[in-house]
Amino acid sequence: MWDNQLFLESIPILLEAFLKITLVVTVLSSILAALLGLVWAIGLRELPGWAAAPLRFVLDFIRMTPLPVHLLVIYYAFNNLSAMTVGVLVFGVHYSTYMAESYRAGIESIRKGQWEAATALSLPASRTWRAVILPQAIRNTLPSLGNWAIAMFKDTPFLIFISVPEMVTKAREFGGQNFSYVESMTVAGVLFLVASYPTAVLMRKLEKKLAY
Amino acid sequence: MPTDQTPDTPAQGNGGVPRVQFEDVVKRFGSTTVLDNLNFTVGHGERVTLIGPSGSGKTTILRLLMTLEHLTDGYIWVDGDPLTHARQDGKRVELRSKQIAQVRKRIGMVFQQFNLFPNMTVVDNVIEAPIHVLGQSKEQARENALSLLDKVGLSHRVDAHPSQLSGGQQQRVAIARAMAMDPEILLLDEVTSALDPELVGDVLAVLKDVAASTDITMLIVTHEMQFARDVSDRVMMFDSGHIIEEGHPDKIFSDPDHERTQKFLQAVI
Repeated sequence: MWDNQLFLESIPILLEAFLKITLVVTVLSSILAALLGLVWAIGLRELPGWAAAPLRFVLDFIRMTPLPVHLLVIYYAFNNLSAMTVGVLVFGVHYSTYMAESYRAGIESIRKGQWEAATALSLPASRTWRAVILPQAIRNTLPSLGNWAIAMFKDTPFLIFISVPEMVTKAREFGGQNFSYVESMTVAGVLFLVASYPTAVLMRKLEKKLAY
Repeated sequence: MPTDQTPDTPAQGNGGVPRVQFEDVVKRFGSTTVLDNLNFTVGHGERVTLIGPSGSGKTTILRLLMTLEHLTDGYIWVDGDPLTHARQDGKRVELRSKQIAQVRKRIGMVFQQFNLFPNMTVVDNVIEAPIHVLGQSKEQARENALSLLDKVGLSHRVDAHPSQLSGGQQQRVAIARAMAMDPEILLLDEVTSALDPELVGDVLAVLKDVAASTDITMLIVTHEMQFARDVSDRVMMFDSGHIIEEGHPDKIFSDPDHERTQKFLQAVI
């Protein structure tokens, strides 16, 4: 049976968890993932083979193993770190391996002539990346990065494994206390949607703004 | 650095050291040999047009000189300086990228596909390298860029993006961009081949103007035979990576000695 009272009561509790935990982890981890992903993508391209191969292996390893395992391993291995810090680091690193693939595709979509023009003008590698390649590649990569950020956002309930009181954990708690889960879980679902949808729209706008 | 191998090269200054020298140049792509022990020199201020059927190695020569391809064997000298490989104690050693950049700075290139940076405006395309490679101030680079863009007839489009320009306009920006580096050597790689026919004239006019108003050494790959005739001092006919005939354009275009040249010219003119 649906209980309106429980529904309304759960909203402020879940909203608090959403703002304090889910959103904070998502934003910080997305920034970390976007930066690290870029570093990996450039590294894979610029490093000599003996250094790029182990990097590729590590990235594949992280990408192909489950996120909750990473959370638990890091949480117990570094027990001086707060659960929240572990959450941000693990989400950031895990998703950076996916974002690296997106960047790679974006970089590979740049036509060879762009690199050749940069060479013909003797632009140093750093300047070629910064002024020529990345502005074009990131524009191609942005929709994909946005999708990964939203995917990460939806994965935040995994934080339950390391006892971070994020929104779904709170919804479960609330449901347990009141012997009814439907209301609080509905609120959690709606909050996810309410946050994801504008983010997707915002990404599309940003994409348009970066067009030339 | 040998200087006595080029008895029939015209227009040599600078103590007889040629502007460009290819010495025993070999270029292979996999098992395909494109250039096999190629030797030639280009004098200071000389304009040389490379003609020949596609796959004969003309574009590869320009790309080697621009360091866009790796030299399989041999040496390329620019004003007597090694470009990518030097001879040390009788051994062939590859130079480091910083050393290569020093000599490469003297060379500019205009591409068939323009290759402007689409994320930058026209003027930003032109000032990018002067600022970040030559160390010019922004004001100085901009002033120079505006004057070059005026010369190529695009002073009204300096703030446009390349995608807003026609192919011919893009190519003229690319010429201004190459000229902004004040190159001693300019490489033109089929610069009108990607253009609609009605846009070719403007681009060639700009290049003729560059040829007439500067003493830049030029290596030109083109199918525009009239242009080649108008600007070049020498035409080299290539086939299968070898120079099969070379000489003054009047001679090559009107009265070629080699049968292969005759056939090629009949096919393209």
